Amino acid sequence: MTNFNINGRPVSIEAAADTPLLWVIRDLVGIKGTKFGCGIGMCGACTVHLNGRAVRSCITPLSAVADAAITTIEGLDPQGQHPLQKAWIETQTPQCGYCQSGQIMQAATLIKDYPNPSDADIDAVMNGNLCRCMAYVRIRKAIKLAAEEMRGGAAHE
Amino acid sequence: MLKRIFIGLFVLVLLVGLGMIALAWRPALPPIDPPVASNFPEALIAKGEQLAGAGYCATCHTAKGGQAYAGGFGLESGFGTIYSTNITPDAETGIGRWSEAAFTRAMHEGVARDGSQLFPAFPYTHFAKVTDDDLKALYAYFMTRQPVKAEARRNTLPFPLSIRALQAGWKLLFFDFDTGVYQAQAGKSEEWNRGAYLAEGLGHCSACHTPRNSLGGERSDAVYAGAPIDGWLAPALTAANAAPMPWTQDDLYTYLRSGASIHHGVAAASMSEVVHGLAALPDADVRAIAVYFADRNGSAAQAANADQALAKAMALAQRDPGVEPEHGARIYLAACASCHYNGGAAPLPARPELALSSTVNGPDPGSFIHIVVGGIGQKDGMPGAYMPGFGDVLSDADIAALAAYLRGSRTRQPPWNDLQAAVAGVRRQGNAAP
Repeated sequence: MTNFNINGRPVSIEAAADTPLLWVIRDLVGIKGTKFGCGIGMCGACTVHLNGRAVRSCITPLSAVADAAITTIEGLDPQGQHPLQKAWIETQTPQCGYCQSGQIMQAATLIKDYPNPSDADIDAVMNGNLCRCMAYVRIRKAIKLAAEEMRGGAAHE
Repeated sequence: MLKRIFIGLFVLVLLVGLGMIALAWRPALPPIDPPVASNFPEALIAKGEQLAGAGYCATCHTAKGGQAYAGGFGLESGFGTIYSTNITPDAETGIGRWSEAAFTRAMHEGVARDGSQLFPAFPYTHFAKVTDDDLKALYAYFMTRQPVKAEARRNTLPFPLSIRALQAGWKLLFFDFDTGVYQAQAGKSEEWNRGAYLAEGLGHCSACHTPRNSLGGERSDAVYAGAPIDGWLAPALTAANAAPMPWTQDDLYTYLRSGASIHHGVAAASMSEVVHGLAALPDADVRAIAVYFADRNGSAAQAANADQALAKAMALAQRDPGVEPEHGARIYLAACASCHYNGGAAPLPARPELALSSTVNGPDPGSFIHIVVGGIGQKDGMPGAYMPGFGDVLSDADIAALAAYLRGSRTRQPPWNDLQAAVAGVRRQGNAAP
């Protein structure tokens, strides 16, 4: 039995210690915003927060998250109104949308670390989050927009 | 003539054998009835608990997933596996029948209550420096733990190394019988001496950080020069440490207190056990240990160049891997940069900077490979920080390429050799923390 907290809710999970956290979140806890992409930690689609920082849930075993606080896209903001989510809509960033929950979770850690991220910061930190629709230019734009709002500036260009 | 030589040899062997027996023979100390816990004053037990932390006794005397202090942890000695013993006060399988005198003799001389010689995997060579007062507190602490019935596992040492009496010979070679308890060094501050007492005694830092000779004795010509341990590298604690930034007193303190130094990296494997143990000590004691090692490594002399060293490392850190075609650079971008990238002139605490890392700059790739393969748990290093292991998703060649890329691009150190074989070696060993 592994106990941890997901989106503010305590859960107890009975599963093999090496079960990927991604499996646990989607199939056992039953929330589906976190996506399966590559399964080897190389695409970023499964990104969630562990104790407030982005990690790839597909290569994180259940045993590693005992007592941790996990946040998925559903828990980033209770109303789905995180500045990143608003900016994503405003800039019409997603095309197919499959990678976006991972992109947003990684971007949230980026903005926490770099409240005013440069292109180099965004490129380096977001490099592990692939988008097969090639929405990278809009992703960068949305991140800057959200960062601006979080810094307290105007949320419009 | 031949007959004479034979007789001579026979007599010689007999004399050496008898000599060893005489040397090794120590009387058994009388067993006692297990003492009643309420006989030990609370304050003494509390002090003992702190000291048990300072010596991280639980690390070796607790098997993985086992009950605290019940033994059974296997220590790979290079000669065979030696299993730690049960030091709970169980009368039959633990130390319940050990008097304080027997406990003190074991700690100071490496001799069990029954008179048999202990293997130096138990670092009595260091514990010999611990004062009787502190041993009294440790004894009170251990005798008031919950007794656990757990037989010691049999060591896998081959004959004749398994003969305990032979340990008397090892002692003659490598144990200074005259050391006695730690004596304060004149000309050094009280704080320095406190640090030295903790580090050289209970802390037994050099047991891992000093290389050993072929017989398993610590090399007195290479004190704190750094040494391999279970495929990891216990780095040098001298000026020879390869980290770009000096290990200053403040860095050492922060690292030992919190498990991470922004200028060097996070504690992993058995070093995270050390940090957990030291958590029992007051700030002043951890500071004293930092004072002692900062003096030994001469970091004060390098402190003037620290800004320059940081600028140099950050310049290396900010190379654009996008223009570098190597396979290792691709892996770094896909798997590492999202957490390890640092913009700006200084790293962020939550983003361990690889260009500053003691591990990436170290002389041996073992620790680096171990971390890539097995990751860093929430309980290692910075509390709550986590890195997944990539052992299941990266091949030996991938990890070797990543290591070569980071070593070449983030440091000014000579390349690591035979990386692919080193990765395979680490995989064989498993990622079990020593």
